[in-house]
Amino acid sequence: MLAYLIRRLINAVITLLVVTLVTFGIFFMVPKITGSDPALLYIGKTADAASIEGIRVKMGLNDPVLVQYGKFLQGLVAGRDYANGPDVTHCPAPCLGYSFKTEQEVTPLLLSDLPVTLSLAIGAAVLWLIMGVSTGVISALRRGSIVDRAVMTGALAGVSLPVYFTGLLSSAIFVYWLGWLPPSNYVPFLESPAEWFVQMLLPWITLAFLFAATYARLTRANMLETLGEDYIRTARAKGLGERTVIGKHALRSGLTPIVTIFGLDLGALLGGAVLTENVFNLRGLGYQALQAIRGNDLPVILGVTLIAAFFIVIANLIVDLVYGVIDPRVRLG
Amino acid sequence: MSRPFLEVKDLTVRFETDDGIVQAVTESNFSLEAGKTLGIVGESGSGKSVTSLAILGLHRTRSNAKVSGEIWLDDQELVTATNDDVRALRGGKMAMIFQDPLSAMHPYFTVGAQIVEAYRVHHPGVNKKVARERAIDMLARVGIPQPARRFNDYAHQFSGGMRQRAMIAMALVNDPKLLIADEPTTALDVTVQAQILDLIRDLQEEFGSAVIMITHDLGVVAELADDVVVMYGGKIIERGPAVDLFQRPQHPYTWGLLGSMPRLDRDVRDRLTPVKGSPPSLINLPSGCAFHPRCPYAGRNGDRSFTETPVLGGGVHAVACHLPAEERTRLFQEEVAPNL
Ligand SMILES: Nc1ncnc2c1ncn2[C@@H]1O[C@H](COP(=O)(O)OP(=O)(O)OP(=O)(O)O)[C@@H](O)[C@H]1O
Ligand code: SF4
Ligand SMILES: [Mg+2]
Repeated sequence: MLAYLIRRLINAVITLLVVTLVTFGIFFMVPKITGSDPALLYIGKTADAASIEGIRVKMGLNDPVLVQYGKFLQGLVAGRDYANGPDVTHCPAPCLGYSFKTEQEVTPLLLSDLPVTLSLAIGAAVLWLIMGVSTGVISALRRGSIVDRAVMTGALAGVSLPVYFTGLLSSAIFVYWLGWLPPSNYVPFLESPAEWFVQMLLPWITLAFLFAATYARLTRANMLETLGEDYIRTARAKGLGERTVIGKHALRSGLTPIVTIFGLDLGALLGGAVLTENVFNLRGLGYQALQAIRGNDLPVILGVTLIAAFFIVIANLIVDLVYGVIDPRVRLG
Repeated sequence: MSRPFLEVKDLTVRFETDDGIVQAVTESNFSLEAGKTLGIVGESGSGKSVTSLAILGLHRTRSNAKVSGEIWLDDQELVTATNDDVRALRGGKMAMIFQDPLSAMHPYFTVGAQIVEAYRVHHPGVNKKVARERAIDMLARVGIPQPARRFNDYAHQFSGGMRQRAMIAMALVNDPKLLIADEPTTALDVTVQAQILDLIRDLQEEFGSAVIMITHDLGVVAELADDVVVMYGGKIIERGPAVDLFQRPQHPYTWGLLGSMPRLDRDVRDRLTPVKGSPPSLINLPSGCAFHPRCPYAGRNGDRSFTETPVLGGGVHAVACHLPAEERTRLFQEEVAPNL
């Protein structure tokens, strides 16, 4: 298990390194391709040649590529100083540079968006996991019944309807028509947990509906496959009751693949749920990302990308570790 | 007159599938006395496993399966018994060993835990420690070295032979009076096969269980069985004491099986001459005698083999074939036996 753990950890670190390399590569290459000058983007087109050169020196844009990458990494891990002679700006770790638009540090900007995204992703994840897995299991156990067909029809709708459609439709119904919920306006959890909850309800349900649909189908398929396994027949042949056969033997293997998908989906969402956040006007990472893309704000785009990649790699690592715990064949080779 | 320990009467099993009704077992009749061994032989798809699963009541969880007839175990009728009653017998009074022990063991639970579980369902009052000791004791009795250590291993960490031994330990943990072994050695290599068969025989003597040995290898049957049932297309076509069946086989299909039996005194090249032709479809069974498309003697009875289903007669040695008894005896002695 220890060897497996170390292997996974090394893997994760290498992946993260590759991610920084790629992000930096984009940061370096995009201005070259679009023919824009990062220094100009920082300071504005009206600046004179001297101050542009000053920015260039300060941002290190004149250094060789490798040095620039090294400083980029250093900034992420230990923080860095942008210096032009006596003019020094310290950017603490993890330093993601400065926004072209607002000249703010990217890291605190994104950190302030993180709670919104976390609220959305984790709440929705809990919801879809419960909904998707339970309906999937019931469907599998009642295969061919009316319940099964209803669940699968709902699931088909869930996977085929885009979030902006279901999101707008549910807003129209619950907010504007029935008036059960207030118009969207995010309230931080610490300010008022109750309002936070009410505000998040529709986004959670909308996002969860999409994922629950996939999970229901996946769970159903996994369970059906597991129920046909020889070891399920063995469990019955031993004289175990159906409750143990299903609840212990079948669920144990039927739900294992769900762990993988769940980890990856949650990891991906933590980097921002672009559509849902924008539909519900939630100022999270996904919302920020869209704004940044619209405004050509390269450092912010890269910041979001790095954070998203970071979450995915970490989620992957956790999934691998959990897998090692639940599947002895993985752990013991 | 009291019933035999196990008596199967007119057992019929059908599956409704998208392609039609699969007539997997048709009006099967056989019995088995306590402590004896019954061999069920037949090629792939002849209904051997379906028969054994019916005895254990394992078709009950399949909504497309229809089981009819009677199964009497120790004076208790199982086809009409409640789910709970049958479940109480499963793994207790009757237990089963499956063909592929790797897929028949749960990959996520240790072998020991699975044996403990089997023991505790039928001994609910027993605490974990006692159950664990019992499981280790069983592992030792089936010849697994270092049983206390292997207790904590998973199925994939066992070799094929050891895995089947563990499976046998699990089946015998509750001292079953009936043990069904469904091709217990097919997945193993030859030397291990012999060891497992020896083990089953020794344990049968020790525990005094009745055994149903399912196989398509007549050699196994010759070695272990007291009585033999030969199945073809879901029906029993010959049934009798092993001695009779091997010395005076009556059915042309049985002759074919005997011809395909590997023998040491024969050249490897012509050892295996499987019965020509392929097994019948169980959705559309051939008319008359289901074996007629493959039977070299089908024409000798006029049209009867093609139109009329032969019934398995009563008696100790029964056979379902239209050929007159004297004719069969003559054919076997003059045409078949010299080539075996
Ligand atoms: N649940 C099921 N649904 C439909 N058909 C089934 C089902 N179970 C078994 N059958 C069919 O019943 C027939 C008999 O199968 P069975 O498993 O008893 O054969 P077998 O004699 O054990 O063969 P083998 O030597 O290959 O194990 C096969 O044609 C099989 O396809
Ligand atoms: S009944 Fe006819 S076809 Fe069937 S086994 Fe006998 S001889 Fe052959
Ligand atoms: Mg079989």
